[in-house]
Amino acid sequence: MFDVLVIGGGNAALCAALMAREAGATVMLLEAAPQEWRGGNSQHTRNLRCMHAAPQDVLVDAYPEEEFWQDLLKVTGGATNENLARLVIRASSTCRPWMQRHGVRFQPSLSGALHTARTNAFFMGGGKALVNAYYRSAETLGVKVRYSSPVDRLQLRDGRFIAAYVGAERIEARSAVLAAGGFESNRQWLREAWGANDRGEWPADNFLVRGTRFNMGTLLRFMIDAGADTIGDPTQAHMVAIDARAPLYDGGICTRIDCVSLGIVVNRDAERFYDEGEDFWPKRYAIWGRLVAQQPGQIAYSIIDAKAVGRFMPPVFPGTKAETLEEIARALGLDESRFMQTLNAYNSACRPGTFDHTVLDDCKTVGVTPVKSHWALPIDTPPYYAYAVKPGVTFTYLGLKVDETAAVQSGGQPSPNLFVAGEMMAGNVLGRGYTAGVGMSIGTAFGRIAGTQAAQAVLKERSRVAA
Amino acid sequence: MSQLDVPVRKTVLHREPDPRSASGDGLTANEREVGRVMQICNACRYCEGFCAVFPAMTRRIEFGKSDINFLANLCHNCGACLHACQYAPPHEFGVNVPQALAKVRLETYTEYAWPPALGTLYKRNGLALAVSLTSALALFLMIAAATNDALWGAVDGSFYSIFPHDLMVSLFAPVFLFSILALGVGARAFWQQSSAGVISGAAAGEAAYDALRLKYLDGGHGDGCNEVDDRFTRFRRRFHHFTFYGFWLCFASTTVATLYHYILNVPAPYGYMSLPKLFGISGGISLIVGTAGQWWLHLRRNPLQQDASQRSMDRGFIALLFLVAASGLALMWGKHISGMPILLCLHLAAVMALFLTLPYGKFAHGVYRTAALVKWSIEKRRPNSLQLSED
Repeated sequence: MFDVLVIGGGNAALCAALMAREAGATVMLLEAAPQEWRGGNSQHTRNLRCMHAAPQDVLVDAYPEEEFWQDLLKVTGGATNENLARLVIRASSTCRPWMQRHGVRFQPSLSGALHTARTNAFFMGGGKALVNAYYRSAETLGVKVRYSSPVDRLQLRDGRFIAAYVGAERIEARSAVLAAGGFESNRQWLREAWGANDRGEWPADNFLVRGTRFNMGTLLRFMIDAGADTIGDPTQAHMVAIDARAPLYDGGICTRIDCVSLGIVVNRDAERFYDEGEDFWPKRYAIWGRLVAQQPGQIAYSIIDAKAVGRFMPPVFPGTKAETLEEIARALGLDESRFMQTLNAYNSACRPGTFDHTVLDDCKTVGVTPVKSHWALPIDTPPYYAYAVKPGVTFTYLGLKVDETAAVQSGGQPSPNLFVAGEMMAGNVLGRGYTAGVGMSIGTAFGRIAGTQAAQAVLKERSRVAA
Repeated sequence: MSQLDVPVRKTVLHREPDPRSASGDGLTANEREVGRVMQICNACRYCEGFCAVFPAMTRRIEFGKSDINFLANLCHNCGACLHACQYAPPHEFGVNVPQALAKVRLETYTEYAWPPALGTLYKRNGLALAVSLTSALALFLMIAAATNDALWGAVDGSFYSIFPHDLMVSLFAPVFLFSILALGVGARAFWQQSSAGVISGAAAGEAAYDALRLKYLDGGHGDGCNEVDDRFTRFRRRFHHFTFYGFWLCFASTTVATLYHYILNVPAPYGYMSLPKLFGISGGISLIVGTAGQWWLHLRRNPLQQDASQRSMDRGFIALLFLVAASGLALMWGKHISGMPILLCLHLAAVMALFLTLPYGKFAHGVYRTAALVKWSIEKRRPNSLQLSED
């Protein structure tokens, strides 16, 4: 029997497994995916949000605890736990040497993402390289890794973990860490959570999943049914507007559309529905998934003209291109006269100003609803381009409630030997909204805590038996 | 094409009909694949820190033939971006940067070869090598048989008594000079395909430094490159260094010996402590170590990380270098054995085959890659015309 069973195979699970092994426990890790798809959503990540007091290798300047906390407070609108959030923030300032020891390498902020050079440490090669490094290190340290081993249910006794079941196989361990992700890949669950809207549509049917297909939420559902304390709302998730042609799963970063703030966005009725220039795109990209989810058909169209070309990250799929706006409307299948009305109203509402995409400039609209507060230039220079966008779910926020020991709780009572990390509990810190790299900060901090606690639970049990 | 490529094409290539792609975009299928892959990479960019290919990519939003050929030759095939890729097979995007670039690399060698008709030798490189080696061996055996009483038996240890010095020079010099010319013409065509701009001293120095220490086999983090799997190893870089510097030591040995012969009037044989011998022995040993190591690595390399059709060219070149070095060292120690004349024929044939195939085989990678490194070190010093940003 292994001391610690880690269920999951992404960043949080690997951090837990490595910490437990380093603490002297024997560890088995069960990854639901086959080896070639291992790593959950971590394989699509690219950085870690890091508190730091002074420049640190790839991080410039400083990012103090208070500023990190205020950023988190702002994006979550208060749907966070300050105690746990500060724990994550502080851990983010000390975890990188440990990550490097396990083979993770960092690189400077990517070209085109310079706004994160101060706050985010990028993984060289991205999240899959990080996951690979952790698996190599786990193997070297003697962690037993099993792929294609999805856990269906657990055996619990009075809040204690006894065993996990992979199909008919029963796997006992002295303690366990749950780090098996959210339920974003479970389309049925998403459908139920989002329900039907006033138009009679089931919005979630039109969602794309940006990450892994293996996060079915099986254990999350099991724990909820078993009476574990939960946190968060099942409709809350990291959700981005992504290219409508993206694959159903694993589209990752390259399907993003980064030209929203350079043009306008219309829905299926050819109407604008939100201020495209409200704030810098990195601060706003994560709200557009929900915005589009609320539109008819859960689809929208980002429209730009030739002036925007070369100013945003090149999208993976080429846009619909046309020499006239009427042609664009026809190519998109939108009502041409309604589309032209919207465009003309917007174009004539643009007030002259000094366009500067690097600041909140003074190019805005007056007399049109919704307003475009910045970077509002008339769309008048052919060729025109359009990108259809759909909501893309990155990960869900409904999770298990924890304290600073990462212990699973039932009726406020922490389990002595069952811990949880990663997306399965990220909602404690991140109840709403998102800020780049914070998912990996939470996963790393709580993965490491859960692994340490799981190993300690075993050692405590041993010394109790010995005494 | 693997079956994984099929959904990829359906997914990613259902883009706006590009008028060029149907008829005359001037791209080969392999170049078009690089263009497709670069479009995906450019929207991701996670691999920027590994090498020069990705920073060079981010300076472009469209990928024409000259861009693709440049990137293909800038790639050192370290494999880091394949193992780190979230879009690598079995993902439906099927992104495999090192393999896509390797395939185009071979095409650029073929395309820039001079005279153009001989470019096809790259595609039948195993055959070209075998014919060169056997013809050269036959030639030297015939000459030796015609000018000596017997090819087997006691000899005085003098190579010149079997092949007079002038005869060797008259055979090797023209072939060598032609090969240098052919490589030079090819490299010039590659250089001129896109205007790189003016070479500054700093740019040239950096490119030379990066080439001589194989900077881009260090993975960007110094842990090395990938061979079998996602584990990094420094062995490829080390063995390549042994091969590369061994080759030039051997070359230096020959050059110094030529100077001794013509300038100082001191003909071979030279003593063990002479410069030609010191260079030759150390170079030969280094080549043996390097090529044996590279052979071993090549056998184990992940198939996804290579273009299978180039295996015979790669291994043929490695084997030929090994043969040159091993036969050269054997000759030194076996000067007085009965088989010396045959051994000498074998060594000379190996060197001749090497010279003959220099501009039509794996050796060319060094020339084109160095040219690409110079282009990159010039380009990176120029302001970037794009203002791409996530903001």
